[in-house]
This record gives sequence, structure tokens and C-alpha cells, in this order.
Amino acid sequence: MSTNKVIHALYNDDDILMDAVKKVRGEHHHIEEVYTPFPVHGLDKALGLAPTRLAITAFLYGITGTSIAIWLTWYTMIADWPQDIGGKPSFTWYENMPAFVPILFELTVFFAAHLMVITFYMRSRIWPFKEAENPDPRTTDDHFLMEISVSDNEEDLKTLLESTGALEIKVVDKH
Amino acid sequence: MYQFSGKLKMLAIILMAVGLLGTILSFVNTPSSLEEAKAILAEQEASHHGGHGSSHHGDDSHHANPVNKAEDKHVTNHKEETKDSYKSETHSEESHSEDSLKVSENHDVVTKNNLTVKNEEHSDSNYNAISNEHNSEGHAEDTRLTDSLNGYVADKVHANPSHDVAHSAHDTDHGDHHAEHVFHQMQNRPWSAVYVSLLFFLGITLLVMAFYAAQRIAHAGWSVALFRVMEAITANIHYVSVFMLIFIILTVMHKNHLFPWMAEGTFTLGHENYDPIVDGKKWWMNVPGWAIRSVIYLAIWNGFRYIIRKKSIKQDNGDLKLHKNIYNLSVGFVVLFMITESMMSWDWIMGIDPHWFSTLFGWYVLATFLVSALTVICLVTLYLRSKGYLPMVNDSHIHDLAKFMFGFSVFWTYLWFAQFMLIWYADMPEETVYYALRFKEYIVPFIGMLAFNFIFPILLLINSDFKTIPWILVIGGLFILVGHYVDLFVMIMPGTVGGQWGFGIGEMSAFLFFLGLFIYATFTAFSKANPVAKGNPFLHESETHHYYIIEHRGEDNNAHH
Repeated sequence: MSTNKVIHALYNDDDILMDAVKKVRGEHHHIEEVYTPFPVHGLDKALGLAPTRLAITAFLYGITGTSIAIWLTWYTMIADWPQDIGGKPSFTWYENMPAFVPILFELTVFFAAHLMVITFYMRSRIWPFKEAENPDPRTTDDHFLMEISVSDNEEDLKTLLESTGALEIKVVDKH
Repeated sequence: MYQFSGKLKMLAIILMAVGLLGTILSFVNTPSSLEEAKAILAEQEASHHGGHGSSHHGDDSHHANPVNKAEDKHVTNHKEETKDSYKSETHSEESHSEDSLKVSENHDVVTKNNLTVKNEEHSDSNYNAISNEHNSEGHAEDTRLTDSLNGYVADKVHANPSHDVAHSAHDTDHGDHHAEHVFHQMQNRPWSAVYVSLLFFLGITLLVMAFYAAQRIAHAGWSVALFRVMEAITANIHYVSVFMLIFIILTVMHKNHLFPWMAEGTFTLGHENYDPIVDGKKWWMNVPGWAIRSVIYLAIWNGFRYIIRKKSIKQDNGDLKLHKNIYNLSVGFVVLFMITESMMSWDWIMGIDPHWFSTLFGWYVLATFLVSALTVICLVTLYLRSKGYLPMVNDSHIHDLAKFMFGFSVFWTYLWFAQFMLIWYADMPEETVYYALRFKEYIVPFIGMLAFNFIFPILLLINSDFKTIPWILVIGGLFILVGHYVDLFVMIMPGTVGGQWGFGIGEMSAFLFFLGLFIYATFTAFSKANPVAKGNPFLHESETHHYYIIEHRGEDNNAHH
């Protein structure tokens, strides 16, 4: 159902917005996007968005970091050049393991954190010089905007949105 | 109001009865004479002969006989020959002092002679010779270094398999000495079994109290629905304190030998038990001081618990003045608690190894008990909620408790590792001896508890959804509790029973007894007050507490649509 016409409904209160979202979804209209100046708790649930899997990726990145740290410490300290440094036992990896734990820990955190952030940027399509996709500059300050796709039900939608307490209702051509 | 169900009460009483019987049995079964101990030892030796490993060697390590050491030294033949021998010679000195704590034996002359000979032999180790001289004159400061050096080396030497050969060739004198040492360890075992469980439940109860006070101080909104559960658990502190008091009295009366520095003559110069190291710590480690401090700790904890609980019940009338009053009391309690807790850990746990010290120890003990305490709160809450007595407690409260369990499991691991790694890395003998003994004799529980206290909790509780599923929390909680029991076990046992440890009737019975006592105390207290702390100004916040990330299962069905 691709359409190039959308309705922008503006609100000035997050509570009213939440109620509006519930009502619009209750009428089985498809909400394309909601723009808010700050996180509105529970909005994702009201919109029926799937939970994020970012935490799972972070866990996997963390394990990757641990593995790399294990390999790094094993290769450099045990396999490649096992020197006697201050009497530390460098015969096997596990004998000298306590000395490697700080590295293991830090690399785990490093990989988990950085790769997760990069994943977040990629999935949210955020990068420097990215053109902002903001339909109305007020949504970064004190207004909330709900974008609903229109097929041939434009008038119905308008009346519905008016009943939800929208401040402004605009039909916009999207390309 | 909650009704303490007859079944649960019966269970508690049965646990206590079984535990009491088993404990009595374990005391009766302890060898009461040296001959009996020898018979048991002979049996052990017979069954162990050949491929046996640690248990027998460990007994010796405490107990280094100079003659034995010297022989060892010669048999030992590796690249550190010189080093080793200078260490074993110092060891003879040490053996005298450490040994004498537990075993009354008269090797003085032999030791001194042996020492002199050795010092002449190895003139290269000048420093050592000097420090030995100091040692024999009783300079505590110097001895400390040498002393533990020996302890450490003692392990090294004994780890050598060739020791067996040397050992079997020993004179009867040494055999006696050995048996007597083991005899004392055997006598300590039922006491230690009771002591570990007693401290475990005392510590958990105390930390529930501390957590509760912290919640009061932080004006925590979420936990008000759990206040009566925490208060009920803290009731146990009165019960365990009675047993701790009995234990303190019996210890002061020398009915047990858990604290080696309490042995007769430890502070008497010239006495065979004289220990210059402990003598240097006399200002802290003395029996009257220990007993008085112990009683003060108990008095502070019990006093605050009693008053705060009383006022908390009174607060059901909604009096805000009372609320502030409890807040102030909680601040006082937490301050005093932090002081008494770390002193308690020195007196009651670190005092078992009087030659060893660690600055992190108080925190480490705190972390052990804190994570166990949170687990116990979680398990009791889950039980009471499943019975329908906690209508206000929803999945978000459980989720928060599980987060605490997770977080403090990691915190415990952090402290465990920080303490271990610093000592391992620097490898200073007077500190390393503590871990050397644990690695040699207690390797399975010592390393195994890491899986229980760190790996299982982290894997089970890292998932947000899992943090509200009761059966996962019960499994994770049991892992944590077992792991921290083992943790305490490994803190206490090596210093009291050494190689004679095991988990038998005595240990199990003591645990069951205090578990029964805990159930009895907790649920009796819970039945005596309204399960909801209804006068608390934060009650509504707690009732509506909702952590928005999680789905609430089987409760408020309208939450997610």
C-alpha cells in the first residue's frame, strides 16, 4: 500500500499523544512515524513496535571481545615469546590467567560497548552530514507529531484526529 | 494477616530437630582421644596409600617438623635448589611458631639447633640468617616476613611427591606429632561445621537488615511493598545471636580450638606455644577484647533491629514523624553497621588465620553476605507471593530484586578477584600462604564456587525476561546460596580443620538446623504484622511500581494493550 500522501497531526502534550496513538491504532490506521522531542515512556508499546535486539548484539560482541582478548594474551604471552617476566608462570595460559583478567574484562566491555553503538548508528541510519529527516522543527522543541499514511480515507482520518485533540492537521505530499 | 501454616512450621521444627540430632551425632563421633585419632589416621593412610593426593600432605604443611623439612630439602631436586633450601631452613623456625598454636609439642631445641646448622651451611642467605636471629629473639615485625615465607615454602616443599618417601622413613616422634595435629583438626570439625552455618545465617540476616536500612535512607519507592518481608527475615537475628552468644562464651571457655591464637601460652614469652607474630597483635587479638567486641556487635545489631521493627509496625498509623525517626535510626544503624561488620570479619573470620591479613577482607565478607541476603529476600518474597500474601508485589519488584542479585554477584566476584589477584600477582609469601593452602586442599570448592557465584548467576540473570520468571530465579538463587555457603566454608575450614575437611553429617545437620531456625523466625515474625507497611508515605509509589521494559506475566492484564 504505497502512497505518497500522509497526514501530519501535531500535539503539544505527551499524554494526549499517547491516547491519540492508542485511538488511531484502535481504528486500524497505520501510523508511519511519531516524532517527539524526548523519549515518551510506553510509546513503543502503544505503537506496537517490536522490542529492540540491541542488547543481544551487545552480548555477542562482548563474547567476541573476550575471545579476542584470550587469543591476544595467549598468542603474545604464551605462544609467541613466553618470557619469564618477574617470575610469572608463562608455561600455559591458565597458569598466568589472573594477570590477563583485566585485559579480558576491558576488551569485553570495549567490544560490547563500541560495536553496539556502531550497530545502533547503522540501524538508525545516523551519521555525520546526514540530512535531518524532520518534518517540522517544532517537534524538536515542544510539539509531538504523528504521521499517518493516507489511502482514500482522508476525511475519516481528519475527523478522527480532530477528536483526539490534535492542534494542527496537515495533509502532506511525500516523495 | 499472614497465617504461619502448620505444614511450614512443622517443616521448620523437623529441620531443627534433625539438625540438632545430626550435630550431636557429629560431636559424639569426633575422636575424643589421641589413640582414636591415630586409628582413624591409620585407616585413612591405608586406604589412601599409593595414588592419593592432597589430604594427607596438607596436614603436614601446618606442622612442619624440622627433621622432616631437612630431609625434604635434600630429596627435593629442582632448579631452585638453593632458594628452596634457604626457605626450608627458615621454615623450621616457622614451624615452631605456627605449629605450636595447635599442637603442644617440644621441638624447641631441635628447631633451634637445626636452624643454626642450616644457617651456617647456607651462608649465602645472609639476610635470612639475620632475620632468623631476630626471630628467635621475638621481634614480631621481622618475624612476620620470614614466618610466612616459610608457610609458603612449606607448601612448595610438601607438594613434592618425593615427600612420601621421606615421610615413611620417619621416626615415631614425628608420627605422634602428626597424629596429634590431625587429632586437633578432627576435634575442630563439628565446631567448624556449626560455626560456618551459624555465621552464614547470621550474616545473611544482618545484611537483610542493612539493605532494609539502606532502602529507608534512600527513600526507595519501589521496595516499600517488600518492607515487611525484609523485617520478618531480620527477626532471625535475635535467634542466631543467641547461638552466637553461646558460641562466644564456649570459645572464651576454651571449649573449642577454632581460633589458634587463643591457645594457652601464645602470649607467654618462653612458653612452647609462644607466637611472636600474634604477640605483636596482642593489642587487638586478646580474649577479653575479642569477647567484648563480639558482644557489642551483637548488641548493636539486635538493638537497632528491635527498635526499628517496633517503630515500623507503629508507623502503620501513618505518622510522618515516626517515619523520619526511623530514617534517622537507619542512618545510625548503617554507620555503625559498616564499622562493626568489618571488625566482625576480622574478629570472627580473619582471626582464624592470625598470621594472615587482608585490607579488603571486610568488604569481601560484606559482598558475600549481601548477595546472599538479596537472594533470600527474593526467594522468601516469591514464596509468599505465590501463596497470595503479597498482593502489592508485582513482577517489577521481583525484577528489581533479581537485578540486585545479578549486580551484587558481579560485585562479589570483583572483590574476590581483587583480593586474590593482588596477592597472586605480588606473591608476597606472608599473604600467598592463605591461597596456597586453599589451592592445595580446597581446590574444588574454592574454584567451583566461582561457577556458582559468578558464571551461573551472570548467565541466568543477564536476560531481562528471565529476571521475572520464578523458577529461573529459584534455580539462580539456590546456586548463589550454595556458592556463598561454600565461600564461607572455604574462609573458615582451612584454618580450623585443614585437610580433615568434608561435607558430612555435621556440616549438613548444622545447615539444616539453622535453616529450620531461619524459617521459624522469619514466618513467625511475618505473621505478627500487617504484610503491607500501610503507613509508609511511599507505599503508593511502591504499589504502582512499574519497570516499563518488562512484560508483567499473569498480573495486571491490561498493562500491555
